[in-house]
Amino acid sequence: MKTVEEYYDIIVVGAGHAGCEAALAAARLGCETIIFTVSMNSVALMPCNPNIGGSSKGHLVREIDALGGEMGKNIDKTYIQSKMLNKSKGPAVHSLRAQADKDAYSMMMRYTMQNTDHLTLRQAEVTELIVEEGEIRGVKTFSGAIYHAKTVVLATGTYLKARCLYGEVVNYTGPNGLQAANYLSKSLEDNGIELYRFKTGTPARIDKRSVDFSVMEEQFGDEKIVPFSFTNKEEDIKREQISCWLTYTNEETHKIIRDNLDRSPLYSGMIEGTGPRYCPSIEDKVVRFADKNRHQLFIEPEGEYTNEMYVGGMSSSLPEDVQYAMYRTVKGLENVKIIRNAYAIEYDCINPNQLKLSLEFKKISGLFSGGQFNGSSGYEEAAAQGLIAGINAAMKCQGREPLILDRSQAYIGVLIDDLVTKENHEPYRMMTSRAEYRLLLRQDNADMRLTEIGYEIGLIDKDRYDALCVKREQIEKEIQRLKDTNIGANKKVQELLSANGSTPLKSASSLAELVKRPELNYEILEPIDPERKPLDEAVIEQVNINLKYEGYISRQMKQVEQFKKMENKLIPDNIVYEEVHNLRKEAIQKLNDVHPHSIGQASRISGVSPSDISVLLIYIEQMRYRNK
Amino acid sequence: MINEFDTIAAIATAVSNAGIGIIRISGDDSLRIISEIFEPYNKNIRADELESHRVYYGNIKDGEEIIDECIVIVMKGPHSYTKEDVVEIDCHGGVSVVYRVLNLVISRGARPADPGEFTKRAFLNGRIDLSQAEAVMELIDSKNELARRNSVAQLKGNLSEKIKKIREEVLYQIAYIESALDDPEHISLDGYPQHLSGLVDKWIDITQKMLSSYDDGRYISEGIRTCIVGKPNAGKSSFLNALLGEERAIVTEVAGTTRDTLEESVTIDGITLNMIDTAGIHDTEDRVEKIGVEKARKEIENADIILFLADSSIPLEKEDFDILEEIKDRKKIVLLNKSDTDAEFDDTPLREYLNEEDPIISISAKYNEGIDDFIIELKNLMFHGRIDTNNEMYITNARHKKALDDAVESFQCAKTSIEDGMPEDFFTIDLMNSYEKLGLIVGESVEEDLINEIFSRFCTGK
Repeated sequence: MKTVEEYYDIIVVGAGHAGCEAALAAARLGCETIIFTVSMNSVALMPCNPNIGGSSKGHLVREIDALGGEMGKNIDKTYIQSKMLNKSKGPAVHSLRAQADKDAYSMMMRYTMQNTDHLTLRQAEVTELIVEEGEIRGVKTFSGAIYHAKTVVLATGTYLKARCLYGEVVNYTGPNGLQAANYLSKSLEDNGIELYRFKTGTPARIDKRSVDFSVMEEQFGDEKIVPFSFTNKEEDIKREQISCWLTYTNEETHKIIRDNLDRSPLYSGMIEGTGPRYCPSIEDKVVRFADKNRHQLFIEPEGEYTNEMYVGGMSSSLPEDVQYAMYRTVKGLENVKIIRNAYAIEYDCINPNQLKLSLEFKKISGLFSGGQFNGSSGYEEAAAQGLIAGINAAMKCQGREPLILDRSQAYIGVLIDDLVTKENHEPYRMMTSRAEYRLLLRQDNADMRLTEIGYEIGLIDKDRYDALCVKREQIEKEIQRLKDTNIGANKKVQELLSANGSTPLKSASSLAELVKRPELNYEILEPIDPERKPLDEAVIEQVNINLKYEGYISRQMKQVEQFKKMENKLIPDNIVYEEVHNLRKEAIQKLNDVHPHSIGQASRISGVSPSDISVLLIYIEQMRYRNK
Repeated sequence: MINEFDTIAAIATAVSNAGIGIIRISGDDSLRIISEIFEPYNKNIRADELESHRVYYGNIKDGEEIIDECIVIVMKGPHSYTKEDVVEIDCHGGVSVVYRVLNLVISRGARPADPGEFTKRAFLNGRIDLSQAEAVMELIDSKNELARRNSVAQLKGNLSEKIKKIREEVLYQIAYIESALDDPEHISLDGYPQHLSGLVDKWIDITQKMLSSYDDGRYISEGIRTCIVGKPNAGKSSFLNALLGEERAIVTEVAGTTRDTLEESVTIDGITLNMIDTAGIHDTEDRVEKIGVEKARKEIENADIILFLADSSIPLEKEDFDILEEIKDRKKIVLLNKSDTDAEFDDTPLREYLNEEDPIISISAKYNEGIDDFIIELKNLMFHGRIDTNNEMYITNARHKKALDDAVESFQCAKTSIEDGMPEDFFTIDLMNSYEKLGLIVGESVEEDLINEIFSRFCTGK
């Protein structure tokens, strides 16, 4: 029988947020790349919440952009509202979130992909991996076609053996009724890949015309827009924004949910998969926070040219009739019409401990994976992994070293290290609390941290890199100038200080010292700083933050030094943990599962205790000594 | 090839001709080795079937030759110091016999142990944690009864428990702040900084108390460096002799670090004084004397307490005041040595050089009067009247002190952040630091080179 047979450098399976970033990175790095999707309508689909970013996820998007990924640029083109969250908190937890026009977002990403050199989009279901002698060779599709490649990136999202549930209704489809991928799982298992079953869920979409907004609180976007992409300025993307709306559940809502819990597949045992604790369904919230008499709900538009609205905070897998009843108890939703039901979705994903920090499978050379397939949740987490998997698939093709970001460099580093190292029994969601060094990993300095790396890899062009160097130099010079510039306690200075509620000077002070005062900042001091030359807003922001939090930043850098010492203690590849006497059995097993590359990584494995680490340190010291 | 985990052996007692010498063996081969070289007197007992935790009497034999009669104790793992099979051989003989037995043990497959290796194994086998391991080292070094009692308390885990408790509390607060940052809808931070501020105060208080016990602890374990100063004829040596001559005093010769100072260690009522008698401080043109004076100044600088001795039978002279000027700001006790004559002594000019808490004690070195008063004042001054190792425990280790210092500093930074009204996410940076530093003491945080550093300070056989 004749079959289609084609040759590529890189194959990407799945065109969600991970797949798109992987394929774009690979193609932009010059690799001939083909990306498969079960449906051209599901490219960069947002099947759940209609926004990009949010607490800590916003950091990921800015990091993706700083490295040369697409997500930031794409949302800047298609956002309908933008907001910087947590502004009352420290700069480390400021997070950007934008409401997306979902259809526009998908379409724009597809358009970008279709116009990227070396990149081919193909609608087909991949059913089989071709693996020979522990190396990936390519894939087979449902039609029997064979695609050869040097490396393959799996980014199947929530499509593997997917089924959607609400009440007793079960649909064997992927999200939004799209076709599931039912064959690849078996091939994965045949190749020794361990699979988990996870679940997640989404709320109902409702008809805008059936909502009474007059009883809800309007949620506006920010007046001053901060673009996600460092390549954009506010004026490039400014537009009229569309509001979201805040309302609440109430005791009546909760009663209906409690009365019908036995009809939820979550509680009846129909759902086998593990759900995310940090993105709970409304059933979960009512059970878990039993003392709360209300929960926030955000009614968010799904796009500019649609009447569909998303009921944020109320995902559910309760039966259709219960959904109607509970949504209609909510203030403003008394007469609501549901367009799409809320549902839970179950799917196959992998135990990510099978991956290296490069996102390559330990046992199958050349096979990479990213996104929800790796047991994460969220568009941003997916895109971040997709980008790294795509870069490293290309690095492998080109015989270059893989890109591994550590926990002190990026949220992306934290995300991947957590997935690969720690035990993960539920969809992994990024959170600020997961980053130990978050004061250094701010969303405002993602470019300072990562753009040079993106340039070295080849995803950032020379112009952008040069601009970064200029910015960096301007920041350093300006900080130095402020430290070196002393001002006397003259009348003009004292007046400015008291006008801003700041204690008058007793003696001369440097401008830098004044910037550090909580009630002052760089901008306020303009009248008493005649030497000042005009600087970009982004430069001023860095000057402010670096001066104001200097003490904290330097203390955090000390912590990073300590961290690096442990990361740099490498564990030899040929270590046999069974031979390390005094390691506890549990530790031996965990170390064998994860095969950490450093003492630092080993210390983060759940089930490996500090005294195990001490034992390892001594053993490695001894190994080193013997090999001298 | 040297294996870190093979069977090790060492002489566990001080090597001297006096008394008994103990050889300790630990590891998988311990029982085999003892079965090959030990012959119990009781012919019904087989050397390869010795029961754990029983005492056996018999001969150590090299082939047919009897080397020594001895007592053998087998402690099978995990119920032993190292959690491995341990054998102890108590020999009667002197140095040469003890070495012969050790060599015999080594010839049968054991390896000479490195310093601290038994304790290192105890640590690696999870028998003890780090602060307990360090207590073992101090137990070996402990100079006197009080220090011994403190070491025992630390060995039981008092210090570990206190530190672990604070760490738990700190971690809980960090987790609380973090979860509030991640889920502001359900976890509120309203009024939280005030609450945290109270807790931080408490932690600072506890850690600072541990820290202030460091000096006390050092005095206990190492002795108090005591410098005697005064004019040449003030009666320094007669006072020293009176002290050393006390019936209850235990005197140890200490090798002096310099020729010009005499060091002697005396323990009275559980307190050890390392006495340094200086050459005296006075203006001199003599080059040799000058060197002596410089050395005396150094000793004074390093001393924990200074004893100023003056002859109360004559008024104070310029030389006395010169010395007083030198030690003005130091912790000191003035000892007025009464001569036999009952001459009046005016201490007004003296007072000008003293701090309020500096005691003046009249003594008679000749008739041993005032020694009791001196001891009482000394205790008050050095231990603020709170010397009691029954319940309190003392930080006696420089590494612990450093970690505690760092922890306190970070707590104080967190405190400042709260007072400055910083956003809550800033608190966790410093709290995490304190948490990690405290973890270093109990071995729950690990620094790369820590372990070797600690165990290399042990002596062989422990």
